[in-house]
Amino acid sequence: MSRRTLTLKSKRFREERQGDWKDMETMLKSIESRSVRGLTDEELIKLPKLYRATLSSLSVARATSLDQSVVSYLESLSTRAYYVIYGSQQRLRDRIYNFFARDWPLAIQSAWKDVAASSFIFALGIVIGFVMVSNNPDWFYSFMDAGMAGGRTPAASEEFLRDAIYDNDPDSDGLGAFAAFLFSNNSRVAIFAFALGFAFALPTVVLLLYNGLSIGAFIAVYTGKDLGFEIGGWLSIHGTTELFAIALAGAGGCLIGRAVAFPGEMTRMESMRSKSEQAAIILGGVVFMLLVAGLLEGFGRQLVQNDWTRYAIGGAMLTFWLVYFFLPRKALETIKSNTP
Amino acid sequence: MSPSGALSSDQIKLGRRHLVTPEGVDLQIELADVGSRIGAFALDLMIMILVLIASAYGLLSMLSFNGELAVTLLVLIAFFLRSFYFTVFEMSRRAATPGKMILKIRVAARGKARLSAASVFARNALREIGFFLPIGFLFGIGDNGVDGWMNLLASIWAGIFLFFPLFNRDRLRVGDLVAGTWVVKSPRPILAADLVTTDTPEHADVFAKFTFTPAQIDKYGIRELHVLEDVLRAKDTDVLADVAMRIRTKIGWVWEDGESNTAFLRAYYTALRGRLESKMLMGVRRKDKFDTR
Repeated sequence: MSRRTLTLKSKRFREERQGDWKDMETMLKSIESRSVRGLTDEELIKLPKLYRATLSSLSVARATSLDQSVVSYLESLSTRAYYVIYGSQQRLRDRIYNFFARDWPLAIQSAWKDVAASSFIFALGIVIGFVMVSNNPDWFYSFMDAGMAGGRTPAASEEFLRDAIYDNDPDSDGLGAFAAFLFSNNSRVAIFAFALGFAFALPTVVLLLYNGLSIGAFIAVYTGKDLGFEIGGWLSIHGTTELFAIALAGAGGCLIGRAVAFPGEMTRMESMRSKSEQAAIILGGVVFMLLVAGLLEGFGRQLVQNDWTRYAIGGAMLTFWLVYFFLPRKALETIKSNTP
Repeated sequence: MSPSGALSSDQIKLGRRHLVTPEGVDLQIELADVGSRIGAFALDLMIMILVLIASAYGLLSMLSFNGELAVTLLVLIAFFLRSFYFTVFEMSRRAATPGKMILKIRVAARGKARLSAASVFARNALREIGFFLPIGFLFGIGDNGVDGWMNLLASIWAGIFLFFPLFNRDRLRVGDLVAGTWVVKSPRPILAADLVTTDTPEHADVFAKFTFTPAQIDKYGIRELHVLEDVLRAKDTDVLADVAMRIRTKIGWVWEDGESNTAFLRAYYTALRGRLESKMLMGVRRKDKFDTR
């Protein structure tokens, strides 16, 4: 009988192959520890070979070996290798480039309906807020958080309101911090507008309307004191970027909501999944836009005190974003098929 | 651990899922259990809070000469931690945050798709409404106008998100559902020594003492073999003695003087595995001792 143990097939199999397994293991360890950097040439050649060897070992082991430890070892090794091989091979640098060169603008382009709808709803909110507060200033307090407004309420004097938009004191404290706070707050609103989209986009619409109302109310306070032109400049320098960004986040939410509400041939789940990636790409870009808006707000608004220059910068930013997003680009598929 | 065929419904219930590679091998991945996911999240939260406290402490010294910058930096650090901690780590090749790495789980795309950065972003954006928003309400970060009813609503809302993974088969969080991802186990592969090692001469000598008749070997099937393997690997003396006793009785083994339990069990394991494996080569998988083929 002892002769038989020496010739146990599963044991011989393991002895023959475990060199490959160990190589695979070491290579996986080194690749995983490097996070997102690309593979070296040597790895590019060896990795698929070792991967196939491991997979075939797993098949053989499942069919012939009753050693549990070998089978489960090969299972976890193969699974790890699978995720490395079929994971993303792009370097971080390429990923960022692709995102700004193609993925983001294309995602927005193909969701133009949602962008239009969400911008419309947002604008509608602003108009309603404006009209309502213009007619009856009391509405202001139901739209705006008095703390957020920082004293800029219908009750404030013209002098105070004017000072708030022309900040002549360069030493004034807290503006940078305020901009950072606004940035993180706005990004959060944007993330909500996106994340709440799955409930048929209804919460997204409400959020857009509500934010629009408070902005409209805010403008109305200023026009009530004949500062309409000035508040326009104050808002537009960063607002064209910021408000557009929030509208885009809303578009992301609408995209998902619409996919859930009208799945067409697919199930609702599949439909949602198919759009969530695109919506997430839009949202990722939105956070970047809000960062730009935060910089414009924190620095631009302090440095530029002239109304016309403020309008010009705001207008230029809006034109830039529109051209950047909607300039015709090669579709993703054609580019994909051209690159190996 | 079934052969490459379909998973049994029990295995599915325990969280095993088919994942057929393009090469045609079914990897039979295992979903992470809810406990380790909660643990990973708790660890990540702790890390985030510690980083925030550390950076607040570091910025404290800055406060005296440039207070505004210090506050600005702190707000930004807090924001990026909250919004991008999970995203950045899960976009890396390991697809796991430090908490997940410690508990040996990772994020993966459901089905055969590769895990895209956008899905990772989406699944973590939903964390914002599933966790941070209700928590914010509960601790009154919204300040004015937040009363008991709001707290109750926030708790219910958070509860739905929190317990969502318990109420679906694939243990999906709402974010997973939207983004098309799930969380799977990703154990470090450890290759234990083969129990059938007779290479060293001493072993061969010991094993040579045990010879089993075919009738004695045929008492058990694959299930018992696997239990025996676990017992041998666990190396608990009491259990070893107990199991050895049972097998001796069952196969009618005559006790020899000074016979060690471990040696006996290893020899029997080797004989049984050899027998069952050669049967397997002939196309017969003897499931357990009741399977008489």
